[in-house]
Amino acid sequence: MPVNKKIRELQEKREKLLLGGGEQAIEKQKAMGKRTARERIMSLLDENSFNEYDLFVEHDARDFDMDKKSLPSDGVIIGSGTIYGAPVAIFAQDFTVAGGSLGLMHSRKITKIMDHALKMRMPLIGINDSGGARIQEGVNSLAGYGEIFFRNTISSGVIPQISVILGPCAGGAVYSPALTDFVFVVDNISKMFITGPEVIKTVLGEEISMEDLGGARVHSEVTGNAHFFALSEEECFEQIKKLITFIPWNNGKKARAFEPGEPKPEYNINKIVPEDPTLPYDVKDVIRAIVDNSDFFEIMELYAKNIVIGFGRMGGRTTGFVANQPLEMAGVLDVDSSDKAARFIRYCDAFNIPIITLVDLPGYLPGVDQEHAGVIRHGAKVLYAYSEATVPKLTVILRKAYGGGYIAMSSRHLRADFVFAWPTAEIAVMGPEGAANIIFRKEITSSSDPDKTRKQMVEEYKRKFANPYVAASRGYVDAVIEPSETRRFLMHSIEVSENKDVPMPAKKHGLPPF
Amino acid sequence: MNTEEKSGYLNIDSSLYKTRISKKFENRKHYQPADPKIILSFIPGTVTDIFVTAGQQVKKGQDLMILDAMKMQNRLKCIMDGKVKSIAVIKGAKVSKGTLLMELE
Repeated sequence: MPVNKKIRELQEKREKLLLGGGEQAIEKQKAMGKRTARERIMSLLDENSFNEYDLFVEHDARDFDMDKKSLPSDGVIIGSGTIYGAPVAIFAQDFTVAGGSLGLMHSRKITKIMDHALKMRMPLIGINDSGGARIQEGVNSLAGYGEIFFRNTISSGVIPQISVILGPCAGGAVYSPALTDFVFVVDNISKMFITGPEVIKTVLGEEISMEDLGGARVHSEVTGNAHFFALSEEECFEQIKKLITFIPWNNGKKARAFEPGEPKPEYNINKIVPEDPTLPYDVKDVIRAIVDNSDFFEIMELYAKNIVIGFGRMGGRTTGFVANQPLEMAGVLDVDSSDKAARFIRYCDAFNIPIITLVDLPGYLPGVDQEHAGVIRHGAKVLYAYSEATVPKLTVILRKAYGGGYIAMSSRHLRADFVFAWPTAEIAVMGPEGAANIIFRKEITSSSDPDKTRKQMVEEYKRKFANPYVAASRGYVDAVIEPSETRRFLMHSIEVSENKDVPMPAKKHGLPPF
Repeated sequence: MNTEEKSGYLNIDSSLYKTRISKKFENRKHYQPADPKIILSFIPGTVTDIFVTAGQQVKKGQDLMILDAMKMQNRLKCIMDGKVKSIAVIKGAKVSKGTLLMELE
């Protein structure tokens, strides 16, 4: 056969395979408001950067008449490309081919690209859109999932792993996203659950829609399984691209540096925090008053809003922010906010991203439900994560830092490298009201006017202890600074921490309380 | 799903903080001590058999009913000597977790 005829043959073969499940299935996919797997890859990656592998892979299942069925590329597309020039490995399940079901060869394609990503030390993005295990392939399909979970775990903390849920992701399949660093979901498109509405109805008689059981909103607001929520696939891809600019390609690198830029003047840092420690404000405004271009990229915006986490840049370098949010639940630490913060701290530590902690919290949320939900072991995760982290750790105490909350929020005692406090800081063993009630109990109960005495004692306690100077006098706070000096102090601290090196005792791994 | 938040106050260590209150906190279950005389389903399932009737004297360890769940026939046993006050379910009933099954006295 002449060469040009052979080339033509290749082109024809490709053309056929590139259609996936065919026109009809593609129409169905579109009717659900979804793009095809290939469109998704193309809109996520830089133009003309995608190299596809394993287009010609086919299954060899024989049971249940599978030998008579041809499934183009076995229902998953794999390859590599770039996002803003950063290399990424990617797989996208193709729902138009057998519902994106996972059979042995389908899983082998995914694990091939996962191995590739780990070997080449580049980020991995997985687009999930699958009906689940390919039942006809039996235990082979279970083996496939297991091989994927294993690689997710081994790659964890070495390369960034991103999961995008753009369709159903049900049963065992959910555990791959759950093992990755960041999960992206889209309203009305993403569905994640272990047991679906039908099983729940049969077994329990409870009726619930897919959306209410495991839709994008549920996982963003209630379960905390998702990190980024978008209203459309397009918005979701923009979020992924932005995230890629903030993170390094692997754990041996730092994130790319960008041109630094001053925060916008509309965020007047001197005027954000009210003096009265019981009044709320939006701590994100403080972050925006500090970071380059006031550009703060929040993570898990809708979950456990009493703590804020996300990325910004300081002098062009990626920095992780952890901040108590007085606007929501007074900024307390509780089960959910502890989980949220602890995982993010470990992410930053794994990928060489300095952490800035902004502190303003009254303490832990009291209540039977919290105690019974295990606030002890969940709260301990924050202590563990900060203590273990060896990336530069900078702390700014904006206002309240009471009791256990003070210790937990990246205090000197957990080896923060720099601790700064504003003049409005109140670093004390507990809030003035509570402290006065205990310390001056005798004076208050024996007084002829207990209410008046209590007020006097609270005032006295506030004057003596509700300030940054007691902690500063012990060296627990390195400098008491004006709010307007914050950015300068932090940028300098990050600069001098560039070569921070902290030896840790040798161990196989620690035992964080999870 | 309603996740609207209300503005309110939160009491931490005798101080009242003005803040938004999360739906999860608003809807939290208030604690109630367990009552050994009240038998609730510990798992969602189906009542496939009931061995006692209301008013019957029962002994500790005696089988009360079978709650079939997750392909397992769970035998609910009496944890005290006493009398069956009332039975809240019938044979074949599908129950969710925490449903009242039987009351003793």
